[in-house]
Amino acid sequence: MQPSPIKSRPLYGTLAPVAHAMRHIAIAEGEGASAVIEAFGDHEALSRTTILFSPAPYRTDRTQETFLASLSCEALSVASSAEDLLGELVTLLSTATMGTRLYVSGSEDFIGRVTSEALHQGIDADAIQTEHRGAPTRRVQCVHCKGFTDGVSASPATCAHCGIHLLVRDHYSRRLGAFMGVSIDAEAPGDIPPAEAFGA
Amino acid sequence: MTLSFNAETFRDDYTFANSPKAIRAFPFPFERDDYTYTVNIEQHVPGPVQSATEFPIHIDEHYVAEMQDRAITLSQDPLRCQSLPHMMTAEWDLLELLMTSMATHYPETFSLTREGDRWHWINRPLGLDQHFTFGDASTLPQGPMEYITRQCQGDFCLLDQRDDNLWMDAGMVTTQADWSLDFDLGMNFMEWHAPVPLAHDLGVFERALKFLLNLQQGRPVRRLNWTMTINPRLDTSPENYHRWGIDKASVTPENVGDKVHLRVELQALWRLPRSNAIVFSIRCYLIKMDELVTQKKWARRFHRVLASLPQPIADYKGLGRFRDTTVAWLSRHDDGLPTSPGFAPD
Repeated sequence: MQPSPIKSRPLYGTLAPVAHAMRHIAIAEGEGASAVIEAFGDHEALSRTTILFSPAPYRTDRTQETFLASLSCEALSVASSAEDLLGELVTLLSTATMGTRLYVSGSEDFIGRVTSEALHQGIDADAIQTEHRGAPTRRVQCVHCKGFTDGVSASPATCAHCGIHLLVRDHYSRRLGAFMGVSIDAEAPGDIPPAEAFGA
Repeated sequence: MTLSFNAETFRDDYTFANSPKAIRAFPFPFERDDYTYTVNIEQHVPGPVQSATEFPIHIDEHYVAEMQDRAITLSQDPLRCQSLPHMMTAEWDLLELLMTSMATHYPETFSLTREGDRWHWINRPLGLDQHFTFGDASTLPQGPMEYITRQCQGDFCLLDQRDDNLWMDAGMVTTQADWSLDFDLGMNFMEWHAPVPLAHDLGVFERALKFLLNLQQGRPVRRLNWTMTINPRLDTSPENYHRWGIDKASVTPENVGDKVHLRVELQALWRLPRSNAIVFSIRCYLIKMDELVTQKKWARRFHRVLASLPQPIADYKGLGRFRDTTVAWLSRHDDGLPTSPGFAPD
């Protein structure tokens, strides 16, 4: 991946289990399952790995789930939504010990939400690996109402909470796990350019 | 020297104005007739008498009105003041820095007496009289940073230093030029400067960071930054951009003198003694074009700077909708004569 021209945007890597770590938690959404499978497939760490997975929204294909279930990991949990998955992660992290490693893969907005929550739960940034898979959607925080909109694929986008048309700024907060959205037509109400999809 | 304070507003009816004395104290930021991007950091040493840099912390005729405006902003958006849990020592450092400076240089306005950890602070214009124990936050009505920055002009950020970087881990930010403390909280130096164009490629931020990591206690530094604001609005935050952005479309050749303001930030950086954090203070000064052109040198020079500003910089500063109108208006105040060296008015 090319280094991002957005200086505050994280760089994503390739998941690689850390040998000898006491415990691994791999959390993936949608296409992120493939990254987990490739990284942990027949790795000795698998027996100390809990996998949390939720399919991409609206997806009915269960192939990834079946494949994950065939891995001999310590535990696999499949949730129907990212919200439920995050809830499970928080429960797991509340009992996590030093030396726990977290692996996150999926869309950028999913990675952002999980990383933000994990940091909030006290996991060290160095203990988190991320790999970007799937569509280049972004999680956006509306700077006006502070609400988050997930799965944003283009800018401008409409805030799901206050309805303001948002320019998605090239500015990313790890703490919030989101890009900043700012009113695009504040200076000329109603003057909203056509949406442009994000590249990878 | 006894200060007197203006009754004025920075919102709604916008009655803010500078007296002739405040105009002459204005920190005009241009040393030359054309625009050059520089980091322009210098030692924060005392400047000329009755200038903005005469004292480390400058209190002026706008003090009371600015503090009232800050209180309004905070009541509507408490997230303008935030501090991560590990910043408490730096908060006390900041309180000490501001109280001692204000009481030393404006003794008729503020007073501080200390007996060990037992401190007594009096703020006469705001009518506050507070006994408290330094280091014990339960003895103040707010956290130490919030308490003192509700009483001091300028925005304040506390930058924690670790891992060879600076981290925006606390701040009071209500008079900002379009950046959000709530969004940038917890970011490192490179991350919070991410939206600034051009400068990254010039290596400006690497050099600035290296310089600041070595900032020494007792040797603060400062720089000036500038933009332009329509109406004398202190709260030009992204949070409220959907409210004030429309003002940029309201400039006409007839109202430039009253509506268009040069906005200058006197930014200073101090190393703090206990926490080893850095205070980044951003004091905002506003001057409308009618006031600016009372100084012939500034009128000529600002006309030339604004006309020669590269487009990407004008866009980043958000001047697009009114730059040409303002340049045309200023041209009537530029007779083409040479300007004298330096920032100061003639």
